[in-house]
Amino acid sequence: MSGGLRVDWRVSCSLVGTVVKWLWVPLCLPLVLALYDGTALTPFLVPMALTAVVGFGLERLAETRDLRAREAFLMVSLTWLSIALVGAVPFVVAGVGTLAHPVYALFEAMSGVTTTGATVVTDFGAHARAIHLWRATLQWLGGLGILVLATAVLSQLSVGGAQLMETESQAQDVDKLTPRMSNTAALLWKIYVALTALLVVLLSGLHVVGLAPEMTPYDALAHAFTTISTSGFSPRGTSIAAFSPAVQWTLVPFMIVGATSFVLIYAVSRGNVGRLRRSDEFRFYVGVLAFFALAVCAIRALDAGPGVPFERTARHAVFQVVSITTTTGYASTDFNTWSASAKHLLFVCMFIGGMAGSTTCSIKALRWLVVIKSFRRDLFVATTPSAIRPVRLSGEPIDEETVRDIYAYTLISLLFFGVATIFVVLDAARVGVVLTEFEAMSAAASTFFNIGPAFGVAGPMANYAGFPTTTTFVMTLLMWVGRIEILPVLVLLTPSFWRS
Amino acid sequence: MRVLIVGAGEVGSSIAADLSDSHEVVVVDVDADYVEQLQYDLDVLPVQGDGTESDVLEEAGVADADIVIASTDDDETNLAVCGTAATLADPFTIARVQKTAYLRTWRRTQRAFDVDFMVCTDLLTAQSIVRLIEFPTATDVDPFSSGRVQMAEFEVDPESEIAGQTVQAADRFESLTFAAVVEDGEATIPTGETVLTGGSKVLVIGTPDSVESFAAAVAPSSAAASVDDIVVVGGGQQGLLVAERLEERGFRPRLIEHDETRARDLAEQLPKTTVMAHDATDADFLAAENVGDADVVIACLDSDEKCLLVSLLSKRLGAGRAIASIETPEYVSLFETVGIDVAVNPREVTAEEITRFTRERRAENVAIVEPGEAEVLEVEVDDESVLAGRPIREAVADLPSEVVIGAITRDDTVITPRGDTVVEVGDHVVVFVPTGAQAAIAEKL
Amino acid sequence: MSGVRVDWRASLALVGSVLTYLAVPLCFPIAVALYYGDGGLVAFLVTIAVTLLLGFGLGRLDDDPDIGAREGFLMVSATWLAVALVGAIPYLIEAHGIPGVVAATHPESTLGDPANALFESMSGFTTTGATVLGSISFDAHTRAMMMWRQETQWLGGMGIVVLAVAILPKLSVGGAQLMEAEAPGPGLEKFTPKIAETARALWGLYVGLTALEIALLYGLHLLGPALGTPLAPKMTFYNAVAHGLTTMPTGGFSPEARSIEAFSAVVQWVIVPFMIAAGVNFALFWHLVTGDPNHVREDAEFRGYVGLLAVATALVAGFLYTDPGLAGIAGALEPSLRHAAFQVASFVTTTGYATVDFNAWGTPAKYVLLALLFVGGSAGSTGGGIKIVRWLVVLKSVRREFFTTVHPDAVRPVRLAGQVIDESAVRGIQAFTLCYLVLFAVASVLVVANGAAVDGGMSVFEAVSATASTLGNVGPGFGAFGPMNSYLPFPDSTKVLMVGLMWVGRLEVFPVLVLLTRSYWSS
Repeated sequence: MSGGLRVDWRVSCSLVGTVVKWLWVPLCLPLVLALYDGTALTPFLVPMALTAVVGFGLERLAETRDLRAREAFLMVSLTWLSIALVGAVPFVVAGVGTLAHPVYALFEAMSGVTTTGATVVTDFGAHARAIHLWRATLQWLGGLGILVLATAVLSQLSVGGAQLMETESQAQDVDKLTPRMSNTAALLWKIYVALTALLVVLLSGLHVVGLAPEMTPYDALAHAFTTISTSGFSPRGTSIAAFSPAVQWTLVPFMIVGATSFVLIYAVSRGNVGRLRRSDEFRFYVGVLAFFALAVCAIRALDAGPGVPFERTARHAVFQVVSITTTTGYASTDFNTWSASAKHLLFVCMFIGGMAGSTTCSIKALRWLVVIKSFRRDLFVATTPSAIRPVRLSGEPIDEETVRDIYAYTLISLLFFGVATIFVVLDAARVGVVLTEFEAMSAAASTFFNIGPAFGVAGPMANYAGFPTTTTFVMTLLMWVGRIEILPVLVLLTPSFWRS
Repeated sequence: MRVLIVGAGEVGSSIAADLSDSHEVVVVDVDADYVEQLQYDLDVLPVQGDGTESDVLEEAGVADADIVIASTDDDETNLAVCGTAATLADPFTIARVQKTAYLRTWRRTQRAFDVDFMVCTDLLTAQSIVRLIEFPTATDVDPFSSGRVQMAEFEVDPESEIAGQTVQAADRFESLTFAAVVEDGEATIPTGETVLTGGSKVLVIGTPDSVESFAAAVAPSSAAASVDDIVVVGGGQQGLLVAERLEERGFRPRLIEHDETRARDLAEQLPKTTVMAHDATDADFLAAENVGDADVVIACLDSDEKCLLVSLLSKRLGAGRAIASIETPEYVSLFETVGIDVAVNPREVTAEEITRFTRERRAENVAIVEPGEAEVLEVEVDDESVLAGRPIREAVADLPSEVVIGAITRDDTVITPRGDTVVEVGDHVVVFVPTGAQAAIAEKL
Repeated sequence: MSGVRVDWRASLALVGSVLTYLAVPLCFPIAVALYYGDGGLVAFLVTIAVTLLLGFGLGRLDDDPDIGAREGFLMVSATWLAVALVGAIPYLIEAHGIPGVVAATHPESTLGDPANALFESMSGFTTTGATVLGSISFDAHTRAMMMWRQETQWLGGMGIVVLAVAILPKLSVGGAQLMEAEAPGPGLEKFTPKIAETARALWGLYVGLTALEIALLYGLHLLGPALGTPLAPKMTFYNAVAHGLTTMPTGGFSPEARSIEAFSAVVQWVIVPFMIAAGVNFALFWHLVTGDPNHVREDAEFRGYVGLLAVATALVAGFLYTDPGLAGIAGALEPSLRHAAFQVASFVTTTGYATVDFNAWGTPAKYVLLALLFVGGSAGSTGGGIKIVRWLVVLKSVRREFFTTVHPDAVRPVRLAGQVIDESAVRGIQAFTLCYLVLFAVASVLVVANGAAVDGGMSVFEAVSATASTLGNVGPGFGAFGPMNSYLPFPDSTKVLMVGLMWVGRLEVFPVLVLLTRSYWSS
């Protein structure tokens, strides 16, 4: 009784089992492609069997499914971990290239399911198309999963101010999430599939009309999967640089849509366009994107000097800012070669992220908006000490506790980033890998905030295989922690979670 | 002795009832109905009037009173009564207060507000609740000789190891005296052959250690686990005092208080307590916070009904014991049969405390075992006492037969009384006395 | 009063009185100039004239200044700016002379550029210690000028406004407000009934400690020949005073080009405890002096501070001891320990002295130092940065966040050494920490973007470290802006930005930012 565990871990594990059990369905997709291509089938058949056995096994751990806050934290954390573990199996079984190493395979799978997009693949051509499709599928699943998590679960667990999502996005039908959680999920799922399908059609259309010679239907599917989920894997070693300008321009709005609150998208799809204009967060988010895009564009234009077509400068600047801010991580060019100031701006973009309730990661525009608004409030109160002024978001006052949660969350993120950077530096020094400070910082930020490419050794055209194995392993954990908003994992480490 | 009681509420009338058989009691109250009622119920002199007015007190005979007890429900009135009484005459004044702030002030000089003895209801309640926690199976615990001797009443669990044993067989605890066995509300003095049946209550006197080991023996073997996780429900003054006392004893309790601002205050005052701001009658909340895992749940809410509700909810979730502070005396036994393990009535506790002071000026401490049945006294032995300088075996002959000498403390050490123990002048003796024998005892000890 | 709600006349009038009194410390370099006779006299005489003129001029704006909360912010911010501006005058005169009055003594001085002069002056008053001097030697500058540099740091250390409150009777009412605006951290503690007395006590302690250090340093110098071993051959009286003046304010300027590397190991060891003392909340010294040592022992921030120093020193010493690339330090216990302790103390307290060019150290050791750039000394000390107490509160509130995530209904106040921290204070501290980091990020972007103009380029890391260093009032950065180099390569626009950063950093952001809001002026 007393002194025992206060968490019913069986319930959590059982629910994880239910999720794992269904993983055989997405595995069918690469399996079909492998059949079509005539490549090895075992990489997909093995995990299929595994998910069935493990899934059913775990599911039988508990009879009741009474999910309370603590069990929910445990379940959320474990689900992401177990999907990554299952997702790594095909890479290990296929045993090609760097992915044959279990740590690298786990890194790749975690990078996939957390929609990070950081890769350790060194030779993209060596892998079967089915494996690449599995990478993209993982990301697509991760994107959808995080959507359900963010809108339905995290907001109710009130993690780091996530409950604001609800006030910020009160669409009539998604408004009350509790009684119809499954409805919410189904709704999000429909929007998500529709957007993906739209992008596939558009990209294939471009291919058909001859504007995108490289964009085969296979590429269209793979890239659509990783665009809407703002994740960033590409079957191409050169990422989006391999495609025509038309493709690059097409992807930009879809990345932005992927980073927009899906509740807002739902409202818009119902014809309520005014909601977009009324949303403080959306305006802020678009403003930030525009500002950074303009700034990078200006710097690039100055750097490049005359003679370079403006369209190219603008395209790469916009594409890169959108890609990094939405935590997608595509590259339309090797931005490693850009000037220090342009690179530094992109680095700052890493900390912003998209809107709450989207597929993006990082700190999120919503939190920054609240932080900025309460700064301004504090300044106002400093001059008028007796004034009482609540922080408002889209006209709704936010309660002080939420403001405090958001401050704390933002600070935790930054502290975590700091600690992670120091670890990366020390670990690299330990094994004698030469890393500049900026490379280490950007790699830590890029994995923790689930972006993908960093600068220098882990740049957009390079990969993370250059880091020591220990660092890659820690980065795997970072992606995991960063993806599910830090707290669900971190609270698992506190004794009070288990005991009191 | 003449005792003047101001305030004829629960506490006042309860004290009056206890004292009226052996003392002259005058009761003063503003409420004419109360006064009239009292006239029929008790053998006391009722006076109608405001106890803070000197005319009223003089009419009630304050000049001849040995003791003035101010026991109205209002702190300031009680203090004013004591002050007025001290101005008019020189009685021993006793005041009952709610606010601990007054108690703290009084403790600094022991004479502040012209009060000679001050009793704080909530503090007494908190203390008795905490004592109950230290002895999980006890239904009543009272300290004597500054805590060196304890009197405890246990219910013998039918599954415990001593159930069915004779007192002789059960008497294997060092320095422990079996003072009485209570069956169906009737106290008897046990002999070596008395059988301790399950469900009966047994009263023991001894050192805290021996009482503790006895406590383990009367409990069913499964519930022997020590208390660790305590939940206090209700953050009023009582809840705060209970939590404070628990913190002092090294516990890290949890406290649930509905009001956020008050919860914040409590959290600031109680560094080792986890304070939660939520309605404790919300079953989902209790389940989410695993209140069912608690060893003890203490309900100190304002409303008795809520206390009952919370106790029952947490018992159903699996909580070990439920202790509740119940204001209405009529509910106490009712709630105990419904499911609360121990119901503590603050007024009863207060009345007991005041009675023990008044009963016999030489008796330092009194515990009432069963109201109207028996009590336990602590007496300092002087050279006129029949006990002085004689082995107990001889002295007992001069005392009424129902009297049991429970423990003797001499210079801070506890002596277990045996037949050949010689009691010296200056010793403190804890004795079990049935009602009716008090007068004789008071005379002879 | 058309719409403006701030009584700016009152604020400026008080700035005027502070400027008037600035004439007194300006006499010190005059004495130095007279003693050494190597010039610079006129520069300071002119500056005295200017400051008196300005001071009296501004003072006439309002005869009876009445300070409220808003006026306090303006007065404090404006004072620091005005003092830095006046402080830059001697540098300019030294390089340019006054046409028709006096010739330039050192026309080649890099401080001839107004941006450089202002940078040096602001770096001095804010106790940053970042320099733009091209060459630090008595050939390039007069002794009086070098001493003025040191003295600006000493004046800025305890806070000019604190000094003003201590000596100006008319500030006795709004004094607490002003002192709080100057150091808005949680450290201000009014330990005497009258604020002016508190201010005087603080300055008394400060002067006492400075004098003690000067005596010790010079004592070592004198003791050397007597013992037959040179203990501190280079620590002349001039140097002893100069370094005494910049240790206690955690400033970091040195008239020696190689900073403290120029002195013996004994001197370096002597300076360490003084730097550490300077990073302690001065209120604690007060308690110590008044015989309440328990207060010090139980102070959560003090314990955190000492703990941090110990851990960081041990870490760095370990890295140095095992770093094969460091000749003379690696494998030798005393030098590794000395350099580690010195550099850690120098960074944590935001002094910025260096006993060695730590740029040559390995990445791990450098990274520890970089992290320390963001820590800062204790609140109520002369150090800059975010301050230990804020980090403690942030960490505790983060831990609280974990707890309340599991128990959403739990009410758990943040406590420091058993003392409950008010929720609005917690939020204020979180806001400050975030604001500081955001400001740092924005500034670093500007510095990097502007860095293209630097000759030979500049790595992002160098620029970032220089930004953090100026905002935190530390002094040296890494790489090209290391302890033995200067900030000279930055373009003027960046230097002006950094002047702003030092100013904002010294006043702990808020008082300056408040001035930028519209509601401050009009509503």
